[in-house]
Amino acid sequence: MATAVTPEAVEKVVFDALPQFGADPSDITREATFEDLDVDSLDLAELSQIIEDEFGVQLKGDDVGKIKTVGDAIDLVVSRAG
Amino acid sequence: MPRPEGATALVTGASKGIGAAIAKALAADGWLVAVNYRSDEAGARATVEAIEEAGGRAAAIGGDVADGPPDALFAAATEQLGPVLALVNNAGVRADNLAIQIEDEDWDAVIGTNLNAAFRMTKRAIRPMLKARYGRIVNIASVVGPRANAGQANYAAAKAGLIGMTKTVAHEVARRGITVNAVAPGFIETDMTKDLPEDVVKAVPARRAGKPEEVAAAVRFLASDDAAYVTGTTLFVDGGLSA
Repeated sequence: MATAVTPEAVEKVVFDALPQFGADPSDITREATFEDLDVDSLDLAELSQIIEDEFGVQLKGDDVGKIKTVGDAIDLVVSRAG
Repeated sequence: MPRPEGATALVTGASKGIGAAIAKALAADGWLVAVNYRSDEAGARATVEAIEEAGGRAAAIGGDVADGPPDALFAAATEQLGPVLALVNNAGVRADNLAIQIEDEDWDAVIGTNLNAAFRMTKRAIRPMLKARYGRIVNIASVVGPRANAGQANYAAAKAGLIGMTKTVAHEVARRGITVNAVAPGFIETDMTKDLPEDVVKAVPARRAGKPEEVAAAVRFLASDDAAYVTGTTLFVDGGLSA
């Protein structure tokens, strides 16, 4: 059963996942850009899979290509679930 | 990083010929092996039995890779054996004719199984491999593709496409410990080549046809930890045909 999609739940999953891609935990905020965090396109593709596994929300490559900040990613997941 | 415990290799089209030899070679190297077959269940079971008799572990898993999403195949392999951390895209078909006589359906069927299905399998396989930070994908290409062979425009296009796909996917996932390589067999003694004229061998510098086990040995190497730094390449097993 997928976890209910709330902004808080998505934020937790995203914040928890980012360090495994090399992001410094102290730099992770909603405003941080993936570029600043050194999170690249393969990392984002993998993050999309983590989100899909956790929430059952599928993000397409086109969607992921447009997001710039951590907050964009969280908002996108929440909007796709709605 | 060494191969994780319980790592499973999924070999498509492994009921006979090169695929069966690959399944056996990987099992001998410690992989749990999912022996995929389309129609030859008896052949797949024989491959599994041979592996088990040699002390390995394997399971026969039916399913046509050309049939669309391979989720069921992966689910079966994972449930019966373990996480699929090696994929060998071996399933292939031929429908030979001069280009001017190739019907659309024969073009589509060959591209469909030999290239499209290999891509779908690869895409699906990368998922658990990314999680594991470990993976081995080996695509069975052919000397036909890099090299011309009259009567096989469809097959050549699919196999050349497979080599192109191999290089780019290798590039994309290399930093996650996943390698993607191709093995390009030349003239190998199998059911698929038994109808070819004998003088084909005369064009081979080694003056003989290869054995499925000789192709399997190349796959076994590329799937091993020894080949961790080999990715995006094509290893020709062709008795010098492409040299």
